[in-house]
Amino acid sequence: MKLPVYLDYSATTPVDPRVAEKMIPFLTENFGNPASRSHTFGWTAEQAVENAREEVAKLVNADPREIVWTSGATESDNLAIKGAAEFYQTKGRHLITVKTEHKAVLDTMRELESSGFEVTYLEPMANGLLDLDAFRAAIRPDTVLASVMQVNNEIGVIQDIAAIGRICREHGVIFHVDAAQATGKVEIDLEQLPVDLMSFSAHKTYGPKGIGALYVRRKPRIRLKAQMHGGGHERGLRSGTLATHQIVGMGEAFRIAREEMAAENERIRRLRDRLLAGLADMEEVFINGDLEQRVPHNLNISFNYVEGESLMMAIKDLAVSSGSACTSASLEPSYVLRALGRSDELAHSSIRFTLGRYTTAEDVDFAISLIKDKVARLREISPLWEMYKDGIDLNTVQWAAAH
Amino acid sequence: MIYFDHNATTPLDGRVLEAMLPYLKSCHGNPSSLHRPGRIARDAVETARAQVAALVGATASQVVFTSGGSEANNLALKGLAWSLKPGHIRIGATEHPSVVESARLLARHGWDCRTLTVDARGLIEDAALDAIAKNPPDIVSVMLANNETGVIQDVGRVAALATGAWLHCDAVQAAGKIPLNFARTGVHLMSLSGHKIGGPKGAGALIADASVPLTPLIHGGGQEKGLRGGTENVAAIVGFGKAAELAASELQERSRWLRRLRDRLEQGIEKLPGATVFARTTERLPNTLQFAVAGYDGETLVMLLDRHGIAVSSGSACAGGAREPSPVLLAMGVDPALATGAVRISLGKDNTEAEVERLLTALGRILETGQTY
Repeated sequence: MKLPVYLDYSATTPVDPRVAEKMIPFLTENFGNPASRSHTFGWTAEQAVENAREEVAKLVNADPREIVWTSGATESDNLAIKGAAEFYQTKGRHLITVKTEHKAVLDTMRELESSGFEVTYLEPMANGLLDLDAFRAAIRPDTVLASVMQVNNEIGVIQDIAAIGRICREHGVIFHVDAAQATGKVEIDLEQLPVDLMSFSAHKTYGPKGIGALYVRRKPRIRLKAQMHGGGHERGLRSGTLATHQIVGMGEAFRIAREEMAAENERIRRLRDRLLAGLADMEEVFINGDLEQRVPHNLNISFNYVEGESLMMAIKDLAVSSGSACTSASLEPSYVLRALGRSDELAHSSIRFTLGRYTTAEDVDFAISLIKDKVARLREISPLWEMYKDGIDLNTVQWAAAH
Repeated sequence: MIYFDHNATTPLDGRVLEAMLPYLKSCHGNPSSLHRPGRIARDAVETARAQVAALVGATASQVVFTSGGSEANNLALKGLAWSLKPGHIRIGATEHPSVVESARLLARHGWDCRTLTVDARGLIEDAALDAIAKNPPDIVSVMLANNETGVIQDVGRVAALATGAWLHCDAVQAAGKIPLNFARTGVHLMSLSGHKIGGPKGAGALIADASVPLTPLIHGGGQEKGLRGGTENVAAIVGFGKAAELAASELQERSRWLRRLRDRLEQGIEKLPGATVFARTTERLPNTLQFAVAGYDGETLVMLLDRHGIAVSSGSACAGGAREPSPVLLAMGVDPALATGAVRISLGKDNTEAEVERLLTALGRILETGQTY
């Protein structure tokens, strides 16, 4: 077994070797610029880009003309939210989102606030799911757009996108969905779903980093203000030379996802359940987020009476995270878990396990025994654990002020 | 097929591919992750940052990675403008569409946006320079080398005159072809692209002096010191870094070779009846040559050359397909009829003398037989 064992598939996935094989010819012999219209180098590249666009569209049952290439889901989120907010601002300047969204959505919303938009940040329920009544109640006559992610990156819960979308439709609100963590994990049918804009990422679905896409509905047509200006690529919505090899990689990754996701998800669900069963019999562990409405890849657990950083140091042979990769460099407790109402301590001592295509039962068993061992050791030296074992209710303890 | 369209994009250097492959195959970490796979990716990005900085005489901390040259140009102009009160921006008359369109957007947001006119040689006119010296605008954006004609602007002179303005330089076409020094040029911002220097598409950089106020365009995640959100495109960044390193170490050799091929080409083309080489007497990139043959439409010539197995273009790839005369040439006062005939040949380090001869032979045959498409 290769150490560390990688259980951080929601941070990024390895590129599937089949994807890499498809990409390499577009780095070598087929290196043309897809915008070159005067020679076969350009035509070959353009054809490859359009084939990939079809593959991406197929996975989510959309029209290829509804797919706009971007540099990744973060850019897609920015383009969707700013692009729609700016285009439709004469209709209203109120936006709705959820406190557990990815930073790409939250930071974009903050930016819009600084230019005069008003944003409602909804609290999720304790299980991480959005309360539909609360969502409905947040809609105002001047609400132009709502943004709700399909699958949460930290706790893996799946929002009821169809129901939220229907509420948006009833009120004429544009609905954006960040689906970066959803592709290949849940079925997405954009012909059925009342979604107007949807963000995708390749590197969460065994494609390369540096490429993503935004779905922009044609019927009814959603308009956006471009955020990247220049040569007018992507029907003027996103200028800049298209990175052919990356686009080809995303197309292949999404094709594989379409063909293999059903079987793969079953296999991963069994592994996740094995992991859960292995850890659930420990004392004082708490699962974060709903277990039913959740992707099979994710398990997020808080280990009470264990200091988060020490735990991470102790399990260096596991590549896991204590939050999303984008915010894990900071030692702040996860804002997602805080939004679920977890205490700072529990949020701090949480671990996100995300399983994927190359995870084996051996990996899972290794993780279980390592975690059990290390948590037991850390608790052995923890005064808090001792007090807990002595039956002291820590919430009633009056701590002396620390100097 | 012979490729003479390196200003549109370059083939990937084999050594660059070698450097990239581990990051497409085994080293897949997210640079923001704290665990070992993440740290390996982070180190790779930082190595590339130093390599890119070294190519242009900047420091690693001045490098902001973007998805490419267009994004770098967008970030430079809009990032600056959103940090300032609407004021005056001046851009060269022959800038890339990503600069032109960004400036147009600023104009819609209350900025006074005008172009710095160029003379017949493609160089910014003294009168325009005098004007910015007298009344310094807030932002000036001038490209170092033009993507179509190859004309090299005296950006150092612009910097000396435009004191008080934030100066941005689009060096996408210049990098790797002529020596560059960010600090010495006196500009505050400089755009670069990986795929124009033998690196992959999908990675570029904005070199930004720490003094420059910049508002990010892509929010979320806090990558690139908060200036550019989004998971780093590790493999492409590694490739960009390697390409930059190779370009720096082989610069002299490459430019000498390119100039030799280009001069031979120029000599041959000038002998053709009715041929005009644009900006012939101006200092240009060693790899670029733009010409027209009276009575020939550029698109037609390009298509005919394609039939002879030679890939060239009639202008910039971004505007490819549009049969309008090149705005760059029009800005230089070239007659629209002649401008419509423009053909751009841009050479790469791996082109050979034999390939140049084949192009000359093919061109000669096309014109001799009066071949049309």
